[in-house]
Amino acid sequence: MSTAQQVVEIAGVTKTFAQGNVTALQDIDLELEQGEFVSLIGPSGCGKSTLLRVIGDLVEPTSGRVTINGKPAHQARLDRDYGIVFQDAVLFDWRTVAKNIALPLEMLGWDRAKRKARVDEMIELVELAGFENHHPWQLSGGMQQRVSIARALSFEPALLLMDEPFGALDEMTRERLNLELLSIWQQLRSTVVFVTHSISEAVFLSTRVVVMSPRPGRIAGIVPIDLPYPRTVVTREEPRFFELVTQVRELLRLRGEHLLPEEAAAATGETS
Amino acid sequence: MILAVTTVVALAGLWELYRLVWTSAGWTWPFVVNDTSMPHLWTIAKAFSQPAQVNQPSLAWILLQKSLFTAREAAFGFAIGAIVGFAIGLVLVHSRLLQRGFLPYIVMSQTIPILAVAPMVVVWVNPKLPAGFQGWGAVAVIAAYLTFFPVAINSLRGLQSADPRALELMRSYAGGRWHALWKVRVPTSLPYVFAAFKIAATASVVGAIIGELPSGLQSGLGGAIINFNQYYSIEPQELWATNIVAAALGVVFFLIVVAAEKLVVRRAPEHVG
Repeated sequence: MSTAQQVVEIAGVTKTFAQGNVTALQDIDLELEQGEFVSLIGPSGCGKSTLLRVIGDLVEPTSGRVTINGKPAHQARLDRDYGIVFQDAVLFDWRTVAKNIALPLEMLGWDRAKRKARVDEMIELVELAGFENHHPWQLSGGMQQRVSIARALSFEPALLLMDEPFGALDEMTRERLNLELLSIWQQLRSTVVFVTHSISEAVFLSTRVVVMSPRPGRIAGIVPIDLPYPRTVVTREEPRFFELVTQVRELLRLRGEHLLPEEAAAATGETS
Repeated sequence: MILAVTTVVALAGLWELYRLVWTSAGWTWPFVVNDTSMPHLWTIAKAFSQPAQVNQPSLAWILLQKSLFTAREAAFGFAIGAIVGFAIGLVLVHSRLLQRGFLPYIVMSQTIPILAVAPMVVVWVNPKLPAGFQGWGAVAVIAAYLTFFPVAINSLRGLQSADPRALELMRSYAGGRWHALWKVRVPTSLPYVFAAFKIAATASVVGAIIGELPSGLQSGLGGAIINFNQYYSIEPQELWATNIVAAALGVVFFLIVVAAEKLVVRRAPEHVG
């Protein structure tokens, strides 16, 4: 069932939290191929962040299974198959920018010279040259998030998990970082799972947008994004961009307790 | 520095002004002001340069030696209390059960007056001590009894204050408890620990002075305080001088902790303090 191309395979994942008897996720099936950029979008409480954590083996599913690179999610975590970025940069104040980026490398047991070489590469990649010895509080929110991305990519994981990474930034910084992220993704050809609240951000970045609905959290529909890469500032002004944004918005609007995923898909003419 | 000098001068001026106003107006509330209740500052200053008893070196010299004796007790007490307190925090942060079981007793330990504990400590500890530690070693343990508590409570709080996402991050790197502890929890706890060290620094001096009383030690500031207490009605300036030296010792301990914090703790400016 899973081919070598598949990086993430989610099969029948359900997650219920004992506290409050909440079904955060119900019967989630999703497969990601190598090099895909998939956004999870949905209102608060639809379980998109929980799904991200299930993929990362940070939350255990109640039932179903997650396979990363052909192995169980737990093993994938132990093998450091993914890097993760949160909404807040979660940088360590007591470490400089360079040492924050080097943190996972230290845990991998890399020696000093090897760490330094890789950190220099990552600094170059996220365009933070000159800030290596700054402490996190001396950086703007956008720069902090770039450090966080560099840290997540430092050990070259096949998969990048991002939990609303630009949600706390102003719109202009956010759009600039969207472009930077796309360029990084295209250089590294990694696979990305990206949780967001922003429809335009999801459409702009992704190869596919997964729309989720709440209570219980499930997939309401999947919108393939056929905008060509490389995407630029102009992409946001193309008619096709607006059509796709509308499609995702319709799916989000139609979501409701009474609506089944198949009905939602039918309503917008897309299949999941 | 200028601020510190200005404050001292202002306080000295206030002291003498209060004296002057109360004595010339003849006010007796809240207490009668005279040379016994509030000796002149120059009387106290002069006392430092004169021997407290005939054929002895000056009071300043005696108090310096006594304060070094007390400082050694306090320093060892601080070190023992800091290590034990932080160790308690490290153990308790990993177990809610132990927290519930032990914390009440740790709190209770501090409700017992130190004067009531000191004689037992002296009797228990002294016989076990090697020759060079006899006497003052037991006082160090009494000082530690006062200092471990704030360190234990703040260490636990600091170790618990790690960002849950930072801990998730460590899990994502396949890090175990050990990594989470040394790379996240301990560095996060340091500002809390140093806040406790500042309390513990002054408490260790107080603990050492009080610990000397039931131990019957004459070589430290505690012995000097007991001694000069008996002559207060005749020569109050000597007790005042001793108090000033004791306070200065506490300030020195505090400043050492502040300096160490500057070296060790790297934090955003708004977190410092």
